[in-house]
Amino acid sequence: MIETSPATALHAIGLNKSYGALAATRDVSLSVPAGSALGIIGPNGAGKTTLFNLITGAVRADSGEITLFGEDIARFDARRRCLAGIARSFQVPQPFTGLTTYENALIAAAFGRALSEKAARPHAREALERVGLARKADMPAGNLTLLDRKRLELARALATGPRLLLLDEIAGGMTEAECSELVELVREIRDAGVTIVWIEHVLHALLKVVDRILVLDFGKVIAEGPPETILRDPHVTSIYLGPEEIQA
Amino acid sequence: MSNTTLRVVLGLTVAALILATAPLWAGRADLRLIGEMMSYLALAVLWNLLAGYAGLMSVGQHAFVGLGGYVLVIGTVSMGLPPLATLPIAFVVAGLAAAAFALLLFRLVGAYFAIGTWVAAESVALVFAGVPAWGGGAGISLPADVVRSIAETREMREFVVYWLLCGLGIGTLSAAYTLIRSKPGLALMALRDNPTAAVSVGVNISRIRFWTYVMVAALTSVVGAIIFLQKLRVSPQAAFSLQDWTVAVIFIVVIGGIGRLEGAIVGTAVYFLLRETLSGYGVFYLIVLGVVAILVVSFSGRGIWGLVERHLGWSLLPTGRRMSA
Ligand SMILES: Nc1ncnc2c1ncn2[C@@H]1O[C@H](COP(=O)(O)OP(=O)(O)OP(=O)(O)O)[C@@H](O)[C@H]1O
Ligand SMILES: [Mg+2]
Repeated sequence: MIETSPATALHAIGLNKSYGALAATRDVSLSVPAGSALGIIGPNGAGKTTLFNLITGAVRADSGEITLFGEDIARFDARRRCLAGIARSFQVPQPFTGLTTYENALIAAAFGRALSEKAARPHAREALERVGLARKADMPAGNLTLLDRKRLELARALATGPRLLLLDEIAGGMTEAECSELVELVREIRDAGVTIVWIEHVLHALLKVVDRILVLDFGKVIAEGPPETILRDPHVTSIYLGPEEIQA
Repeated sequence: MSNTTLRVVLGLTVAALILATAPLWAGRADLRLIGEMMSYLALAVLWNLLAGYAGLMSVGQHAFVGLGGYVLVIGTVSMGLPPLATLPIAFVVAGLAAAAFALLLFRLVGAYFAIGTWVAAESVALVFAGVPAWGGGAGISLPADVVRSIAETREMREFVVYWLLCGLGIGTLSAAYTLIRSKPGLALMALRDNPTAAVSVGVNISRIRFWTYVMVAALTSVVGAIIFLQKLRVSPQAAFSLQDWTVAVIFIVVIGGIGRLEGAIVGTAVYFLLRETLSGYGVFYLIVLGVVAILVVSFSGRGIWGLVERHLGWSLLPTGRRMSA
């Protein structure tokens, strides 16, 4: 039965998506309690980003049910899901390259929150300040470094005022210090009441934030549970984790 | 009013004043040329909004230019309306036609959309060529009494049409500038830069695309009506000319700078400069146009204005939002 209680931020049952003969996700179900943080791990090509595309509505699922805080959003397109409170960061940053960093955030705040441009301004500014991009606010987004583009992804997602935030590999390529800052930031966001789903290869960062972990392999959920259990699961370790990664 | 807004308003006002007083200092041929440039400026601004911002690569805008021309003639000849009264009718008729086209065309993407717009335009041309009462394939002229109703003397008539064209050129540019500086303008720029990201932050791209298509068609048709008010005669071939109303306009926008408001201004200037200096050389002129287009596009995806913007940091019509402001 699909969840209709608002205490569950995200509930999906049996999400399927195939590209030709390739099943990118198979029968994926997941449930994320409001205010919690779920980590998603899995090898390259496991279907993690595809799952985000199905949740945000960027790609239409072949089948499956999905609710957001108890509301059926299966028929919502990507824009309505954004307005309903889902925001994402893209694994490959997708800035509006012809605009400034600030304008990127401003668009997210104005449309994602359905506000006038004027009313959106403080939200855009706040989002940039939170991710540490305020100093580069008036720079063309096309000139940002990869790391800053990732920050911008996060800022833009935050600017829409999300209830559910989907993060797709935002820690990759960061230094130790930057990574700790990021972890701190994601925790703050969660502590402010935003539910988090985070795809991440940098496990030690993920482990500092998430309550549970879901493991995808070949489009299927092969394990789900608290981090301690998941990382000790021999099935998971054999498929995905090298022994050195657990220690890291 | 901010400093930039003031500068732009001042600039546009000065330009409008200089243009408006041109009958005092310019000759007949010059007035005709400036008027024609203004009509192309308007068409280029509109096509730029459509293709450069909304991502709708239409190659069928001549449908709406021609529709405007025919509304003018049918309205004045068959319905006895004063010429100026046909302008709002052209606006509405083309807007409705575009809305109907959109139902079909918006199911197509990329090259299919482009081809669809072209097919739609040719179909409209066929319809008008097929009605004997509207001149059929040969076309139809504005009768003398209609021509006289614009103004008594030929000189005054030319002034009136000239002023209308200038109003249209400057008016369209100002309207586009105001649009880009408003909230829908943010949506258009987001759409221009990255449609996927635009949707993901809540921009309603279907709605903005639809309204851009409809409004651009409606205004294109008004431009068409005034163009044919100057020519005083329509025929299917002239009114629905792919070459004159679509190809030339695409050339202007692409070399000037697609997706930049200034692009239409720069492109119009370059196009007329080339046309006027090379008009005596026949085919050679077309070759030069082609070479210029290829050169500009291979050096800059955003045309001549893209280079100017990147290397000199200039902006004639600044639309940027600053956080500090
Ligand atoms: N638009 C598409 N068309 C065809 N195949 C696709 C498309 N998108 C994804 N795939 C395929 O679906 C599978 C899952 O891809 P996905 O991007 O979801 O993996 P991922 O788990 O995010 O991998 P990574 O860790 O590399 O980001 C891959 O085999 C990929 O090639
Ligand atoms: Mg991925």
